[in-house]
Parts: sequence; C-alpha cells; structure tokens
Amino acid sequence: MKKTILLTAAAAAVLSFGTIAAEAKVKGCWVYVGPIGDFGYSYQHHQGLLQAKEKFGDELETAYLESVPEGADAERAIERLARSGCNIIFTTSFGFMDPTNKVAGKFPDVKFEHATGYKREHPNVATYNSKFHEGRYVQGVIAAKLSKAGVAGYIASFPIPEVVMGINAFVLGAQSVNPDFKVKVVWANTWFDAGKEADAAKALIDQGVDIITQHTDSTAPMQVATERGIKAFGQASDMIKFGPETQLTSIVDDWGPYYIERIQALIDGTWKQQDVWGGMKEGHVVMAPYTNMPDDVKKLAEETEAKIKSGEFNPFTGPITKQDGTEWLKAGEVSDDGTLLGMNFYVKGVDDKLPQ
Amino acid sequence: MRIELVKRPEQSRLFSALSPFIALGLTLIAGAIMFSLLGKNPVDALYFYFVDPLREVWSLHELAIKAAPLILIAVGLSVCYLSNNWNIGAEGQFTIGAIAGSILPVLFPQFQNWAVLPLMLIMGMVGGAAYASIPAFLKARFNTNEILTSLMLVYVAQLFLDWLVRGPWRNPEGMNFPETRNFHEYAVLPEIWAASGRANWGFVFALVAAVVLWFMLSRTLKGFEVKVLGQSPRAGKFAGFSASKMVFFVFIVSGALAGLAGISEVSGAIGQLRPTISPGYGFAAIIVAFLGRLNPLGIVAAGLVLALSYLGGEAAQISIGVSDKVVRAFQGMLLFFVLACDTLIHYRIRFIGAPAKTWEAAQNV
Repeated sequence: MKKTILLTAAAAAVLSFGTIAAEAKVKGCWVYVGPIGDFGYSYQHHQGLLQAKEKFGDELETAYLESVPEGADAERAIERLARSGCNIIFTTSFGFMDPTNKVAGKFPDVKFEHATGYKREHPNVATYNSKFHEGRYVQGVIAAKLSKAGVAGYIASFPIPEVVMGINAFVLGAQSVNPDFKVKVVWANTWFDAGKEADAAKALIDQGVDIITQHTDSTAPMQVATERGIKAFGQASDMIKFGPETQLTSIVDDWGPYYIERIQALIDGTWKQQDVWGGMKEGHVVMAPYTNMPDDVKKLAEETEAKIKSGEFNPFTGPITKQDGTEWLKAGEVSDDGTLLGMNFYVKGVDDKLPQ
Repeated sequence: MRIELVKRPEQSRLFSALSPFIALGLTLIAGAIMFSLLGKNPVDALYFYFVDPLREVWSLHELAIKAAPLILIAVGLSVCYLSNNWNIGAEGQFTIGAIAGSILPVLFPQFQNWAVLPLMLIMGMVGGAAYASIPAFLKARFNTNEILTSLMLVYVAQLFLDWLVRGPWRNPEGMNFPETRNFHEYAVLPEIWAASGRANWGFVFALVAAVVLWFMLSRTLKGFEVKVLGQSPRAGKFAGFSASKMVFFVFIVSGALAGLAGISEVSGAIGQLRPTISPGYGFAAIIVAFLGRLNPLGIVAAGLVLALSYLGGEAAQISIGVSDKVVRAFQGMLLFFVLACDTLIHYRIRFIGAPAKTWEAAQNV
C-alpha cells in the first residue's frame, strides 16, 4: 500500500513538470550551429532572438539550442523543440535543411523557418537568407582605395555559392576603383576555428596582401591584422572592440527585424510560406560605422552603400568576365538570382583556383 | 605531504558492484550543487536531465539512435583493448565504412532493388576493416605505435570524405552545396517500428554485436587468446598464440564494427553523405568502452547512459535554459566520478606525511 502511494506521488510529480508556463501567447525557438559566444554568426542570430524578446515582452516565450551538430542530431534537436510547444522554430544553419523539412512534415501546426537553404517541402516551411554580398561589394571599393599593394587577402570558409558570391562581389567592388585589383583566397574549411583563421591571416599577410577580409566567424584575423599593422574588415557582427585601429567596417547580420516580422505574422495569423532574400534595402544587412579611413574613401563607401540600398545599383551588373576569360554578363545586364544562388565560378581578378 | 595510490591486494566484490551507483550518486550531488550555484532548481534540472528524455516513446527511439553507434563501436574496441592493442582511430574507420557503404547509392543510383542494402552494409564493414588493417599492418610489420597511426588516419579519412562530397560525389542537383545525392528508398536502413519513432536497425545490430562478442570473449578459445595475449604476451607465446595475428584480428573486428556503425548512421539516420557525419562517436565510444569495463554487456548499459546524457542535456537546455557548456561540464563530472570510483576499487589512497618520509629515509640508511 505504502509503495502504491509513493508511486502515485512520484507519477504526479512527474506529470506536473510537463506543464510549465502556459501564459505566453507564442513560443519562438532557435537552433544554432555554433555557440552563442562566437561573436560572429550564431551570436548575431541570438541577438535577433533578444531583439524579438524585447519587442514582444511577455507575449513571446523563447528557447534555444546552441552548438547543435549538423547531421543526425539536428533532427532530434528540432523535433524536441517542436514537441516542447514551440509555435515557430528558426533553424539557422544550412546543414539543418533536411532535418527541418523532415520534422516539419510531422508537425504541420508548427511553423519552420530555415536560414540559407532552398528546400520548402511542406507548406509550414519558409526559408530566409541575406544578401551579404552587397556589403562585400562596398568592402571591395574601400579595399581598392586603401591598398597600396593592389592585392587583398580573403579568408574563406567553404566553397558554397554564398561564399563564392561574396568573393566575386568583393573583387567587382574593388575593380570598380582599380581594374587590376587582385584577391588571394585561403580556404579555412571551417566556420569557426580561431587557430586556423589566424594561420590563414598570417599566410596571406606573408604573401604581401595589405588588407584582410574574412568569411569565417571568429575575431582572430582581426587580431592578427592588428598585430601586423594592416587593416581588416569584420564579419557578421561589429568587431570594432577587437581592432579599434584596424577595422574599416563590418557586415553586420541584423536578423532582428526579420524575426520580429515573422513572429508578428504568426500572432496575426498571416504567416505564409515564403523565400526571403533580404539585403541592405530590407535592413537585413547593415554596415558597421566606417572607421580608420580618410574622408574621401568614407564618402565613396557611403555613396556606394546608398546606391545599393536604394536598389539603383546591383553589384552583379555587367560587363563581367569570368576568371577563364569568357563573358558572363554583357554591359548593363544584371544577373538573375538563380545563377547567384548556384554560383560555382570566379570572376576575373581572383588569384585562386576554385575548389571543385 | 604527498598522496600515493597503492594497489589493493584484493578487490572488494561488493564495491565493484556498487561502484557505478556510487559514482552516479556523487554525480547527482555534485550536479545539484552546480545547478544551485547557477541559480537553477537542482531537482528540476536533474529531472530534465535524467527522467524527461525517458518519458516519451519518440524520445526512447532517439536514445536508441544515439546509443547505437556508440555501442557498436565500443564493443569492437573492447576486444582491441583487452588484447592490449590501442585502436584510437575508430572515428576514421567509421568514416571510411560510411564512404565505402555509400558507393552504391551515390555512384549507381539507378541500381535499385532489395540487394542494395545488404551489399551496402557488407561494403561498409569491409571498408572499416580494411582501413583498420593499415595500423594493424604497420604495427605487426614495423612495430609502429598503433595509437599514433590509427589516430592520424582519422584526419585522413575525414579530409577524404570532405573532398568527396565537395568534389566527385557532390549532388548534381544540390546547388553546389557539399553533400551527396539523397539515398533512394532501397538504400535506407529501415526503422524498427516506424509508427512510433525513427529508431533504425542499427540499434539491433549493436545489441547483436554485443551479445556475439560477449559470447566470444567469455565462452570461446579465441576470447581466452585475446585476454591472455593482452595480459601477458609472453605467456601467450608459450601457449602458441601469435601476437601479430592477434593484432590483425582485433583491428579487423573493431574496424568492421566501426564501419558498420558508419554506414548504419549514414543510411539510417542521415540519408546522404555530408562533410561531417559524426559528432565524434569514434572518440566517445572509447569512453563508453571503459565505462562498460570492456565487457560487451556492460558497454550496452554504458552506451545508453552516455546517450541519455546527450538527450538530457538538450532537454535541460530547452526547459531550464542552462548553456550547452554546463551540460558538457555535467557529462565530464559523470565520467570523472565513474573513473575515480573504479580507480579506488583497485587502489587505495595512502597519505604520506613528512615524518613518515624521514622514518623511511632513516630505514634506508
């Protein structure tokens, strides 16, 4: 008898844990590939979460999982969030694409938002990404104005279209100032590894580049550039703290407005599947303050930014020649988004062979 | 004063049996202290860690998915370690097994019938075994240190996979992203009980492997040979056992099982090859092997416990908002206490104070 009572009490205790905080109207959940303390990509997504939290207050309950490996673990992580009562789940890395779609099929009432992917297999999956390459074009303009060597170093992560697009946009921006400008690329094959990124930066500087830019998420290249006394661009977040005399500007991923917009749509009942590729115009890509450069360069950078922001100018406007010398875009022709999203070639001026 | 570990002449049977539970109890206490220091209710935290993941059927399936590769690799490693061969490269054998097993669905996607899956599993095992026989050959022939060679071959395998999925094996319809095409339906390892969750046959393979190896180690001459050569190579020689044949045998067994784990994971849980297919199963399995005291049946329990700690970590992150780092620290404490308790079964601590030293010194004169 005593045993039965004990067991019942235990069961009641177990059950009562199941229902916690049901007051919030909406629960928004996030899955990050890295730690929120990377001061780069995952950090910025988490800033978006915090912005949304500030905006909605008690109406929004949030939860997140950080450092979720891409692969079999991601599906479980996403499913656990779906089961824990999340109404909308943002999966913020490309590698979460298939797991997101699989879980979405099982939970038709939960909305899923996948960053940087292209699969929307169920009506409750939307995708979103940002036109970071718009910021890279502006960086290219600045680099060509400031570089004495006429060569910049580019620390790249993985040869996926988004990264290749960024390298090309940077070169095109630079060539709009100096048609002979070159870019050297080092593939770090990681999104976040301070040691490897620092080595890449050193290797590039030893090869004679005098400006560094990166498509990896740590602050190490900025710190190496500071030690060697050259200038650099930040990545994903404003890294000015790590290089007050070094950072020229940084492309800041501002996901907050998008997260707020989508959660609002969910509350209003107007959420629909969509594929958003927002840039400067939508406020998704923001340039950190232009620092450590003469006023005329700053002015040119601001003008370029304004032209892209207003939609007057697209960085991928012809004439553009591919690295192999063939013509890609005729004068005045603008690339369609499809070509950009599957980009696997360099434009002229990239001093590297694209890993294929 | 200094502290010395002195080997106990006899190990207490009672404490050998109790040791895992004492370790668990100490972990719970230390964990509760840590969670309280973080301002979280320790009872809630421990509940989400250890009980919540076991409450629902789907979560039990996930536990089986997570535990399967750990157990499969660890039982193979236990045979290796018992024979005093230190295969640290299971992660690489896992990767090569996954690659070899994926040849059919990736390069011959039109070849679709019931024979595909069995062939994939066999090719996965052969791939893992072949890769493991490289350090075995180097050790048997040149007396190379197998810890170094097997470990370094892990990085070779990972870079090879990376190159394949970015280059020749890249999905032609995949927008240039680094992944192979998705496996067709004949190449997917089926779920055991699809209505309730996604656990696949990999878990069954793991249980079968554990039972078979347990039988081999405890009931057959081969098992005796493994243990004799492990404990005393000289005695083994007198018995007519060949140490170099044993090196090949254990490396091939553990490599084949790691390869099977690799292809099961890719075919069952992921569905394609990607630049990373394992969150370090090959290394975590080393811990599992020792937690299970190199006994295949103990390893099944140890694999489930470690898998639970991953799942519980996620549940704790979501429900009470502790960081991923806290979860790792907690896992570290669990392992620390288990190993510490085991050590104290075999050794006792002796405090040697300064006066005692003088006395010893006096004796030596």
